[in-house]
Amino acid sequence: MNRSAIDLWVGVLVAMGLAALLFLALKVGNLASISTSEVYQVQAKFANIGGLKVRAPIKSAGVVVGRVAEVRFDNESYEAVVMLNIDGRFKFPRDTAAKILTSGLLGEQYVGLEAGGDTAMLKGGDRVRLTQSAVVLENLISQFMFSKAQESGKDSKDSK
Amino acid sequence: MDDVSAFLRKLGRTVTDKLWRLGFASRFFVYMLMHSGTAFRRFRLTVREIYFTGVLSLIIILVSGLFVGMVLGLQGYDTLQRYGSSEALGVLVALSLVRELGPVVAGLLFASRAGSAITAEIGLMKATEQISAMEMMAVDPIARVVAPRFWAGVISMPLLAALFSAAGIFGGYLVGVHLIGVDQGAFWSQMQAAVDVRQDILNGVIKSVVFGVAVTWIAVFEGYDAPPTAEGVSRATTRTVVTSSLAILALDFVLTALMFTGGNGK
Amino acid sequence: MAEEYIVEIESLTFAYDTRPILKGVDLVIRRGQLVAIMGGSGCGKTTLLRIIGGALRPTGGSARVLGSEMSSLTKDRLYEQRRRMGMLFQFGALFTDMSVFENVAFQMREHTDLPGEQIRDLVLMKLDAVGLRGAAELMPAELSGGMARRVALARAVALDPTLIMYDEPFAGLDPISLGVIARLIRRLNDSLGATSIIVTHDVQETLQIVDYVYFVSEGRVVASGTPEEVRKSEEPFVRQFVNGELDGPVAFHYPANDYSADLDGLRAA
Repeated sequence: MNRSAIDLWVGVLVAMGLAALLFLALKVGNLASISTSEVYQVQAKFANIGGLKVRAPIKSAGVVVGRVAEVRFDNESYEAVVMLNIDGRFKFPRDTAAKILTSGLLGEQYVGLEAGGDTAMLKGGDRVRLTQSAVVLENLISQFMFSKAQESGKDSKDSK
Repeated sequence: MDDVSAFLRKLGRTVTDKLWRLGFASRFFVYMLMHSGTAFRRFRLTVREIYFTGVLSLIIILVSGLFVGMVLGLQGYDTLQRYGSSEALGVLVALSLVRELGPVVAGLLFASRAGSAITAEIGLMKATEQISAMEMMAVDPIARVVAPRFWAGVISMPLLAALFSAAGIFGGYLVGVHLIGVDQGAFWSQMQAAVDVRQDILNGVIKSVVFGVAVTWIAVFEGYDAPPTAEGVSRATTRTVVTSSLAILALDFVLTALMFTGGNGK
Repeated sequence: MAEEYIVEIESLTFAYDTRPILKGVDLVIRRGQLVAIMGGSGCGKTTLLRIIGGALRPTGGSARVLGSEMSSLTKDRLYEQRRRMGMLFQFGALFTDMSVFENVAFQMREHTDLPGEQIRDLVLMKLDAVGLRGAAELMPAELSGGMARRVALARAVALDPTLIMYDEPFAGLDPISLGVIARLIRRLNDSLGATSIIVTHDVQETLQIVDYVYFVSEGRVVASGTPEEVRKSEEPFVRQFVNGELDGPVAFHYPANDYSADLDGLRAA
């Protein structure tokens, strides 16, 4: 095995390896959609964030516009404080609402932004005033059962 | 009572021996790192070793990757379609490979193919006095023989792991889209949405580098430390494969715990 | 700086863990001499050679080689010393992944900045001296035992060392190769103006080429002299060794019980 053949094959290996890494990064991962533009961070307080995790997407009109950066607990107001990193390309009005939604029926939770009508825009460090907490399944079920029990109680009262 | 104390004494001796050996291996590691200059200044030597550890492992890595990916495709579809989530097949295949199976299985294959070859080669050189001859010629065998092989392993491992993952994803795609009939668009788009370059791919690469260091370190050390007999070398080769495999699995647990659960804002 | 004594060994002792190998060796080797260190297997002669080469540290006594105390050298100084030494290992120890040419060129490439052309000339010169210039492109696996030994010899003298050491150079060779190696050892020693040490138990070939012989038995020098003195010696060990006698200072029987006591067991059963 002479030298140049070895060099050739090693070059082939390295090239293939780098190509595989590139393939993974671009075609498999989301490198292409990560923008290199800046993000600005705003705060939002929720009574219950449900299953929201760090790095969860922030979507508006179904399009990813940012990622959840941090989740903290405010020990005085007993609320969850979520830091949102929004892509610098997108500006939202100051009265935008942030809701915690679920993708699909049992899927991942994400933050949905619904733009308001204010002329002034959110800047870094601002707080999103209007928030809606996550829907907790247990509460929903007990609510449902309670209303059902109420209904049947009313029925029986009516029928008497 | 005598048997029990004899057993305990033997246990104590075994543990002390292993600790002593670990310390010796660590000093060897540090010495090798400090004398790695030759491996880089005369990069030809390292390139030659990359050929023997990396290039010659290509076939087994690509073929294994392909099969693992295809099996993931089959098994994954079977489970996902029960919950109506068969379109998430791409996500399942990609994440399994990139985060875990790529680095780990490629690492295990690398340990048994390249790791054992390195141990046998160095061990045989020691047994036929080639190492002593080199020392008598005032050439440091650790710098000239051991270090290039170590760095070759560290460089090859992440490349092979990436190739394994890529081959596996391709295998999963073949089975999922072409054999079973999952929608091609959904396969790739859901995958791209779910696989994060920093979180998943980069962590996978970090894992494969760590595995590369561990496996190659064990391989060169066992070879260098092997008793210079036929039996000694063959036992050292077996030890390399066993120890490397265990190390990979243990490190995988530690790294996975650090990477994939630690940063989730509990 | 020309040393009179290339090797000076005084009261040298060496032990592996608790097992003593050398129990007090004294010998000197003068510049230009071709000296043999002979003895039976396990007498410590290879250990002695390793100590001279700095591969082992003695547990006591002194070993001065080329003017320096070997056990007190730092790693860098030791490597410097070794560049003035050449060693032929038992069975050659050629680098199996390199060709004959590359093996001989190894030291030149590692320690000198000579251009490729010059290295080529030097390598072919050394190979020619051992008669293997035509085999330069072969791999060690393709060589016979005798040829491999000769290549290793060419490699050992690649940088014209001051001290050349041979560890059992005649082991396992056919009569022709034996004669060739023996003559080459003598010729190289004289033409290079070097000093050579042969560790061996091949009596007849060795006595024909060396200037002086040291006999080692059980970790000590038991006899020494020129080849003529050795042939005429009345010393019991020397006589047993040189003539290959069955019994003498080196006993034939491994220590055992009384024979009749051992057999009693058989008879009773």
